[in-house]
Amino acid sequence: MSITVKFFASLRETVGKDEAILDPARAQTAQQAWEAATDGREMPANTLIAVNMEYAGADAAVTDGDEVAFFPPVTGGGGDVLR
Amino acid sequence: MSIKLLGEAFDPWRELQRHQAGNPQLAGKYGATSVFVGTMRDFNDGADVERMVLEHYPAMTQKHLQAIATEARSRWEILDTLIIHRFGEIHPNDAIVLLAVWSAHRRASFPACRYLIEELKSRAPFWKQEISGEDARWVTHNTPG
Repeated sequence: MSITVKFFASLRETVGKDEAILDPARAQTAQQAWEAATDGREMPANTLIAVNMEYAGADAAVTDGDEVAFFPPVTGGGGDVLR
Repeated sequence: MSIKLLGEAFDPWRELQRHQAGNPQLAGKYGATSVFVGTMRDFNDGADVERMVLEHYPAMTQKHLQAIATEARSRWEILDTLIIHRFGEIHPNDAIVLLAVWSAHRRASFPACRYLIEELKSRAPFWKQEISGEDARWVTHNTPG
C-alpha cells in the first residue's frame, strides 16, 4: 500500500533524493505527494509532473499504487542551440 | 516501428542499414526515407563541453516515444519508423538521436520525421547535463531548432 514518488535531473539534486515511498493516506493529489515527499518544500515554478507516466497537473488525483514523478523541463534530442 | 534506447555509442548509418535489412517487407514499397541525426557538439555558449550525461525516465520515455511514433503513423501515410536515442555518457561527435521514416512519397516522410523530432524534444523525458572539467551544469531548456 503505497504511492511511489520519483525525482529526476536537477530536481533530484535539489530535493536530495531520487525516490520516496508514501503512505497513500498522505496524498490525494500530486501537489500533496510533492509536499509529503519533500517535507513541505515549495515546488519550483517550472516543474513538470507525471502520474503513471502521463503528464498531469499539480491537482491530479493520486491513489494507492500510483507512481508520481517530478522533473524539470525536458531537453532530449539534438541538433539545436542549447539553453 | 522500432524504438531503441541505448546506453552505448552507436553508428546511426549502420543502424539504418541494419533496420532496412531486417525489414525486407519494406523493399520495393518505399520511395522516400527521411532521416534526422542529432549529434553532440563540442561547444555551447562559447564554452568547450567535454562530455554530457543524458538522464531519462525509462518507462515513461518508452511509452511516449511509442505514442509519438503511433501519432505520426496516424497523421501521414508512412510505412515504418525507427527511433534510437542515447542515454548515459555522451562525447562530442557521438550521435544522440536517430529518427527515420519510410514512406512511398516524400510528402509524408519529411513532415513525419520533423514531427518525431519536435515532439520528442518537447515530450520525451530526457535531461542533458554538460560537463567541462569540474563544472557540471544542467541544460535548462531546448530552443526551437
